[in-house]
Amino acid sequence: MADELTWKDAKVGNIITEAGNASFRQTGDWRTERPVLDKETCIKCGLCWIHCPDAAIKPGEDWYYEADLYYCKGCGICASICPVGAITMIEEEEK
Amino acid sequence: MSRRVALEAAHAVAEAARMADVDVIAAYPITPQTHIPERLAEMVADGELSAAYIPVESEHSAMSACLGAAAVGARTYTATAGQGLELMHEVLYAASSMRYPIVMAVCNRALSAPLSIWGDHSDAMATRDTSWIQIFCQNSQQAFDMTLWAFRVGEDPSVLFPVMVHFDGFHLTHVTEPVVLPEQEEVDRFLPKLDYPFALDPHKPMTHGAFGIPDVYSEAKVAQEIALRKSKSVILQGFQEFGDIFGRHYYPVEPYKMEGAQTLLLTMGSFGETAQIAVDTKQSKGESVGLLNLRLWRPFPFQELREAVKNAQKLIVFDRCISFGGPGGPVCSEVRSALYSERERPTVVSFVGALGGREMSPQDFEYVIDRGREIAEKGSEELFETVGIRGEVTGIRG
Amino acid sequence: MSKETIRFGKSAVTTQEFVAEGHTFCTGCGEALALRLACKALGENVIIGNATGCIEICTSPFPVTSWRVPWIHTLFENTASVISGVEAGLKILMNKGKRPEQDIKCVAMAGDGGTSDIGLQALSGALERNHNFLYLCFDNEAYMNTGIQRSSSTPYGASTTTAPAGKFSIGQITKKKNMVAIAAAHDIPYVATACPSYHFDLMRKVRKGAEVEGPAYIHILSPCPTGWRYSSNLTIEISQLAVQTGIFPLYEIENGRYRLNADPPELKPVEEYLKPQGRYRHLTSDNIERIQRLVNEDYARLKKKAAAFPM
Repeated sequence: MADELTWKDAKVGNIITEAGNASFRQTGDWRTERPVLDKETCIKCGLCWIHCPDAAIKPGEDWYYEADLYYCKGCGICASICPVGAITMIEEEEK
Repeated sequence: MSRRVALEAAHAVAEAARMADVDVIAAYPITPQTHIPERLAEMVADGELSAAYIPVESEHSAMSACLGAAAVGARTYTATAGQGLELMHEVLYAASSMRYPIVMAVCNRALSAPLSIWGDHSDAMATRDTSWIQIFCQNSQQAFDMTLWAFRVGEDPSVLFPVMVHFDGFHLTHVTEPVVLPEQEEVDRFLPKLDYPFALDPHKPMTHGAFGIPDVYSEAKVAQEIALRKSKSVILQGFQEFGDIFGRHYYPVEPYKMEGAQTLLLTMGSFGETAQIAVDTKQSKGESVGLLNLRLWRPFPFQELREAVKNAQKLIVFDRCISFGGPGGPVCSEVRSALYSERERPTVVSFVGALGGREMSPQDFEYVIDRGREIAEKGSEELFETVGIRGEVTGIRG
Repeated sequence: MSKETIRFGKSAVTTQEFVAEGHTFCTGCGEALALRLACKALGENVIIGNATGCIEICTSPFPVTSWRVPWIHTLFENTASVISGVEAGLKILMNKGKRPEQDIKCVAMAGDGGTSDIGLQALSGALERNHNFLYLCFDNEAYMNTGIQRSSSTPYGASTTTAPAGKFSIGQITKKKNMVAIAAAHDIPYVATACPSYHFDLMRKVRKGAEVEGPAYIHILSPCPTGWRYSSNLTIEISQLAVQTGIFPLYEIENGRYRLNADPPELKPVEEYLKPQGRYRHLTSDNIERIQRLVNEDYARLKKKAAAFPM
């Protein structure tokens, strides 16, 4: 994206008028481990959601909180702080 | 009715800022600029001017606060001199690269060390590459006029660059001169309301000041340079409109008795008026001498300069700043550079003097003209020669 | 429960993300989490001024931005001055009818470098001038973005790249500069400390600081897996230990009156906090004893102040 910009594309003062347009970035690429939720154990407390630095944990339709793998960097905070141990980090598969 | 009053340049520009209805003033006092923030503070305290006066704790913060105010769409004004201009140096680049239309009075002052509160152009010369529009004034009237002009040009939606209005410390800031003040109605006709198109606003969230990786930085800088060059048309339009409304006409370079002159003296700032007396004396003796006042400094007026000097044999440039280790006085270097591509061009000679408040008399300028002509004919050992330095000056060689 | 908020007991936290997903903060970054929580507490009606640092670099690589609120970055040491201009500009423009009346909170964000070192002058000036703004210092205890160089916020005994532990050095030989005391010395209405492991406390304080008329300063501990050298999943544990050992006490100072938000009957030994972090790996038991003594002294002093000037 950046390497396609011509000098004419640079807006005045290099001001970015499209809010949040960095969200295209797939930080899920960074992962070496991935969180897996055991729905049987999960109590839907939401602590994983509130503690994710990447806002990558999202509530699903049934209010189970699961990682959005497009963004999840695999830090493991959710697995660490889950009060009932419902989240496990597993090795990311070889691509 | 416009009225003629006695004002020192510092008070004149404060009055201009008041008539322009500035919104935010963020300034730090430094000799010889102090009368500007003092007068503005007085105006705000007495309700003559409705503005936010931010008494910042340094010049770096002064320009930084100006950035913030401009970013939300305020008409923003500040003033500084010498060390203050140096202290805010990195912020100057931010102001111009982020395209905030701030107007700043610079009361040209010498740079330490040794500490000097007195005037010369070294503070201005250190900011040549900062991408600000820069203009020089010879008297209080021009300081007043160019301040209004600066808002008009800098804030123009096709420009959006900050503007420095330079005038000499002490020689102008503290000297009372007659100034014609216009009617408020005339100012309002000349100066439209500021409508900054990228004002920070929760309704339309924008990001100002993103960082530039190598993939984008070059394009951003080239775009900026092209925009600065393009501002020339609005600069000229601004002069034109100013002349139409207020009756005083300004140009990027201004000739003084130059018709047919073989030798030209080029100056910037108030010492040009002293030099005019020397030119008058020379002309009264039948000598072919004229004076060129360089008014527009950035973007540099290549076309107008080349046109103005094309018929002269000799061009003597007087600088009030040493560009240490360089090829000549800074203005002279730029003039030479501008003329380099011309097949016909005068011989250019460089003089440096009037540093740190040192006076120049009309007789000193007569010396510059005489010695300048001699150097143009016979050459000199030195890259530039000095005026009024005690002791013989040698060793300014390449 | 709607999808717009998520309830935790009596608290409702917005699901809006003001810093878009897909930012480039390190894996497990405590600062990213603190920022996310702070922004949720602040809402949409803000203008944020940011210093150069981790937050700025991870959210604004031209031509893309993670910011969904108005945001300005200029330089490293001038956040407080820029926000002073924003605040004064907004006020006067609304007064003069040049901008529509709008409820907008001005928020300054900077790291420990941009606050306690190079940004201290600008901060002091803005606090003294009594601008109506909230200043958030995200303290990861070094210049992390440029490669873990020491700041005056680096704690005693921590190893950084410019004050590294070595044969003749313990690493940082000075104590962490007390920014909270410096801010409070300006007699401002609200000063507080916060930590991302105590998320509701953090959000409550940010909201309180934003509601104050006048300057407010909140110092937020931001654990950094990269610079503190701990496994990225431990960010919350480490934040909790910082508070539970008394190394980073949670308290508020409102108009000069103190409230300790957490005062455990017994502080955990500092060793529990220091051991998981690689930046303290070189410490001997003597060093750790010294640190324990310093923490005990500081904590006792804080408690005395809190008892002398209670809320």
